[in-house]
Amino acid sequence: MDELPIQSGDDVVRVRQSVRNAAADNGLSLVDQTKLVTAASELARNTLVHGGGGRARVEVVKSANGRAGVKLYFTDEGPGITDIELALTDGWTTGTGLGLGLSGARRLVDEFELTSKPGGGTSVTVVKWSR
Amino acid sequence: MDVVGTNERMAAFLRDNHDKVVGRWTDLVAAGVRGRTSREEVRRELEDLYALIVRVLSRADEHAAGELTATLDELSRGRARDGFSPTETAVGVFSLKEAVYELVADSAELAPEFYSLSRMVDDLGLRTFEAYSAAREQIIADQSTAMLELSTPVVQLWDGVIAVPLVGTLDSARTQLVMEKLLDTLVTTGADHAVIDITGVPTVDTEVAQHLLKTVSAARLLGAECTISGIRPQVAQTIVSLGIEFGDIATKASLADALALALRQAGLKVVPL
Amino acid sequence: MERVPILKIGQTLFVSIQIDLQDESVIRLQEDLADELAATGAHGVIIDITAVEIVDSFIGRMLTTIGSISRLFDAETVLVGMRPAVAITLTELGLSLSGVRTALNTEKGLEILNGKS
Repeated sequence: MDELPIQSGDDVVRVRQSVRNAAADNGLSLVDQTKLVTAASELARNTLVHGGGGRARVEVVKSANGRAGVKLYFTDEGPGITDIELALTDGWTTGTGLGLGLSGARRLVDEFELTSKPGGGTSVTVVKWSR
Repeated sequence: MDVVGTNERMAAFLRDNHDKVVGRWTDLVAAGVRGRTSREEVRRELEDLYALIVRVLSRADEHAAGELTATLDELSRGRARDGFSPTETAVGVFSLKEAVYELVADSAELAPEFYSLSRMVDDLGLRTFEAYSAAREQIIADQSTAMLELSTPVVQLWDGVIAVPLVGTLDSARTQLVMEKLLDTLVTTGADHAVIDITGVPTVDTEVAQHLLKTVSAARLLGAECTISGIRPQVAQTIVSLGIEFGDIATKASLADALALALRQAGLKVVPL
Repeated sequence: MERVPILKIGQTLFVSIQIDLQDESVIRLQEDLADELAATGAHGVIIDITAVEIVDSFIGRMLTTIGSISRLFDAETVLVGMRPAVAITLTELGLSLSGVRTALNTEKGLEILNGKS
């Protein structure tokens, strides 16, 4: 399991590369790799821009019927999200913000979990399985 | 009941009587195998399981339990692949109880230890059932994917014009495949027009329409224009009544009409010789 | 920070994105293109993303913004060489990149630019 800091734009690029390697090494198709790395890019950027910096973890997992998968964790101790429902709706036409990043990332992965408390940081976990 | 002590005693018993028990267990399992695997293979598998079971009972280390379930899952999957029924695999696991019982039956001493082992073996046997189920589901999923591949051709109608005749329901899995094949074909043929024919799609509801729109959207990102053809009268009425808007995507009744439109847009005309 | 070079050939500006761009480089590219368009009065911009493996919402927005900026300078932007995997992902993300023309490759991109009167 890799733990990566997210404190700068370069860190976001490193996270993308790390996720790309894990996805390629574990049997994800090219399209699935692209989707996962794109989701990671969105989430890493959220961690940096909205969470004041944080960290990511990349883990290889195995499902009950033997399929490999890649699990990603994004954590920050930032201001947290006050209205999670709102943050998860597609608000991208109304300008920048969390809207697109989170809802878009959710559509790109197989499993998506978000926990956040106002003033208590945010944690997002996603999984993409190989087929 | 002091579970830890009980299990440790059983672990010791199993270690002391290793050869007898594994030998007997192998006999029982091999009897049900009917040539689908060799006795040596069976013995090897059971040795592994046995060693793990002893480790778990004696709490030798914290990885043992995880390794035991992983080994059991692998065994179940292998058995399923080799054509064994889940009952056969489970019965094979359960027969460890019989092998041990034959040795402890005479003395009443190890009754609690045997009971504890018995419950553990029951759980392991049940687990093989679950693993079998999961393995079968994966096979079905793989076959579905293969079928999907077969039923999604992309053909070149003319220079720069390709067609995707869809047959059957358009769900999200199929849409993914259609998008991938369509886009790859656009790249390899350099086509700038794609006709998506839905004559063979039985129902077009809002979900199917969304999938179609997604597909067109993706093709457009590669510079191709799309036409949807094969709109049957029934389907047309459903689309209107559901309020589905195809916006600026051209739609035609037949593939032939769509081809004519595509050729016109490419600046070509069909004339008699 | 990596700076993406902008080539001028005739009335067209060419940008080829070859590397994994960091956010700052993306913003820089947008600024540089605006400067170039103003300075040269070019009629068209071709952005080649054949080598780009990931287009997320930030980069997607940048591309749309470049399209808008170009139009203000009466220039048209064509995005060429998008990879299928990227197109599928963008569609899933809900980004249609309307406001930017697209083409399979630079050749076709130039045809579009020259076709416009």
